[in-house]
Amino acid sequence: MGSNYISGAEIVIRCLHEEKVKFVFGYPGGAVLNIYDAVFQQNKFKHVLVRHEQAAVHAADAYSRSTGKVGVALVTSGPGATNAVTGIATAYMDSIPMVIISGQVPTYAIGQDAFQECDTVGITRPCVKHNFLVKDIKDIASTMKKAFYVAASGRPGPVLVDIPKDITAEKYEFSYPKTVHLRSYNPIIKGHSGQIKKALLLLLDAKRPMVYSGGGVVLGDASNQLTKFVRTLGSPITSTLMGLGGFPASDKQFLGMLGMHGTYEANMAMQECDVLLAVGARFDDRVIGNPEHFLSKPKTIIHIDIDPSSISKRVKIDVPIVGDVISVLTELNDLLSKEKIKQNASLKPWFKEIDQWRSTNCLNFKNDKKLIKPQFVIQTLHKITKGDAFITSDVGQHQMWAAQYYPFDKPRRWINSGGLGTMGVGLPYAMGTQLAHPDAKVACVTGEASIQMCIQELSTCKQFHLPIKIINLNNRYMGMVRQWQEFFYGNRYAESYMEALPDFVKLAESYGHVGMKIEKPSDVEPALKEAFSSKLKERLVFMDFITDQKENVFPMVPNGKGLSEMIIAEDL
Amino acid sequence: MRHIISLLMENESGALSRVSGLFSARGYNIESLTVAPTEDPTLSRMTIVTSGSDEIIEQIIKQLNKLIDVVKVLDLNDGRFIERELMIVKVKANAQYRDEMKRMCDIFRGRIIDVSDSSFTIEITGSSSKLDAYIESIDEAAILETVRTGASGIGRGDRILKV
Ligand SMILES: Cc1ncc(C[n+]2csc(CCOP(=O)(O)OP(=O)(O)O)c2C)c(N)n1
Ligand SMILES: [Mg+2]
Repeated sequence: MGSNYISGAEIVIRCLHEEKVKFVFGYPGGAVLNIYDAVFQQNKFKHVLVRHEQAAVHAADAYSRSTGKVGVALVTSGPGATNAVTGIATAYMDSIPMVIISGQVPTYAIGQDAFQECDTVGITRPCVKHNFLVKDIKDIASTMKKAFYVAASGRPGPVLVDIPKDITAEKYEFSYPKTVHLRSYNPIIKGHSGQIKKALLLLLDAKRPMVYSGGGVVLGDASNQLTKFVRTLGSPITSTLMGLGGFPASDKQFLGMLGMHGTYEANMAMQECDVLLAVGARFDDRVIGNPEHFLSKPKTIIHIDIDPSSISKRVKIDVPIVGDVISVLTELNDLLSKEKIKQNASLKPWFKEIDQWRSTNCLNFKNDKKLIKPQFVIQTLHKITKGDAFITSDVGQHQMWAAQYYPFDKPRRWINSGGLGTMGVGLPYAMGTQLAHPDAKVACVTGEASIQMCIQELSTCKQFHLPIKIINLNNRYMGMVRQWQEFFYGNRYAESYMEALPDFVKLAESYGHVGMKIEKPSDVEPALKEAFSSKLKERLVFMDFITDQKENVFPMVPNGKGLSEMIIAEDL
Repeated sequence: MRHIISLLMENESGALSRVSGLFSARGYNIESLTVAPTEDPTLSRMTIVTSGSDEIIEQIIKQLNKLIDVVKVLDLNDGRFIERELMIVKVKANAQYRDEMKRMCDIFRGRIIDVSDSSFTIEITGSSSKLDAYIESIDEAAILETVRTGASGIGRGDRILKV
């Protein structure tokens, strides 16, 4: 054995160094003890010890969402891996590039029902982009290289590498492959030029053009190109929950978010347009509602997406363009700069109609003297942070209010679980985001039910001095569940009332943080000001806002209905 | 409509379950699925017989292509192709059935590959519908056991699926 032989565990670490990994989020255990020993003996990346493996994966996921880099998590076999599954499935649904390393029982014990054995590759198969079981130390480096490549390229996604313990103890020479080639995997980057030209001509000819942008624009770092294109085209634009920030919300061409809780103007324009350009979006059920209803008004649909399987999945596409959004949008911009466009005189009637929809002011709400309106808290948060914070959220009404009342002008600022809708992500998402952006303002908008699903992470926040501001919109209900029960189940609030809530102020304090309870509307702004003041700059502040219990999220497209069948607040 | 999809995939453990998992997770039909290594030992060839509307078949092809282990996918129904399936049937061949079974075997161009006093074991190849037709043609009470491989298919003429 040459002197350049190192252990499998050290090889894993060297691979992470080669990939310039800055943070590994993890939790130790028997099967990864060798790897942890190697983590201990290096200082090129920081290991962030969480309090539950689910949070490790969520935090790594948010690190990726907020930076665009590949997030990395490390967990042990058996329960470590199963705890990670929710995090992996969450990242998979939103196409987040991640590498998850899991320990496995030794190769000779696999299949013997060994202590802490589970079929991690089998369990995670349906919720990863790809996974590997490394059976030979010789394959560790090449597998890690493949894992990072597959995770980040094409339509991104989580990749899991399962490594048996014996392999991490053996020794082998380390050499990291410079390049990687998989004959079975060749993501298409450049769109078809003929189709791109055709799309542009259709858009320029349209009387009622509309752009619908999704998470793909954010993930593909194409927001500059999208913004340039839409501004030159002059059309209205809407965004999915996942695409917020991909186009500046403060721009007058922006109609707000669409979908189940989208704005009236965005949903109506989606329904009534004649040519629709979808960019990095997937026409999912929460976005277009009932596909038949959506198509009942004829329109020509152009769809740019890197994933061919996203095209014509729920809605038949007239002009499909498979390619990386940034490359296709760049080509569109180049073409557009050559075409002579008449300055949108022809779009005036379209915008007139849109302005009429806008005039419903569908996001209007009545502030109250006594009860704190959750929407008001978010608006004030926007004001105090000057719209420039990273906002993570959990899942529920508070998530929708955050999306509706905190307009995002930049991509990668809005960090939430759109596809899987995982309660519990908010706090770990804030951790990953704050670590990636130590000087930025990071606020976690959550509810009293969601926050309790990963509350243990307050301890991680203390250990790593993460000055996150938690905005707990405490309505004493699983509000979103209660809202559905109110509308569709005759006010029978089955198991949606949150009994026996903890004293969140004391809870925060017991973890070493600052706690605040805010019960009056007039205290909202002063409290937020204080939380974001320089005095508390270094501290995590848990703000428990006692909000109006019966507030609902509007507008709302009931499940299975069409986009123009919205319930608006006044309708009720 | 019934479609026969051929694919080449990395001959790695787990590759099969990625394909079968895809079908169950997305609720696609599988009528049959066969897989074996090719002349290149790093590759396996799989034949899947499925059915669905044009949109569903299009999604199936796209989803299969998306699997990292899948190298190439071909919908044989996109062109001309040959389909073959092997069936081995054990039938009663006592005095009552012996002649009849021999005759039906000949009609379907099968071969008797094992004989006992009371039974014949017959091998028949052909399209799956031909095998179905054979089964329907003989007395149900005479069938002792059947085993079918599931269909394999290959393009006609210059239609070649290769890496
Ligand atoms: C892990 C998980 N379990 C259940 C749900 C279903 N669910 C969606 S929203 C919600 C209630 C959330 O309550 P809370 O966090 O208080 O937010 P609110 O809606 O009150 O703002 C529930 C139970 C979910 N999304 N995730
Ligand atoms: Mg609540």
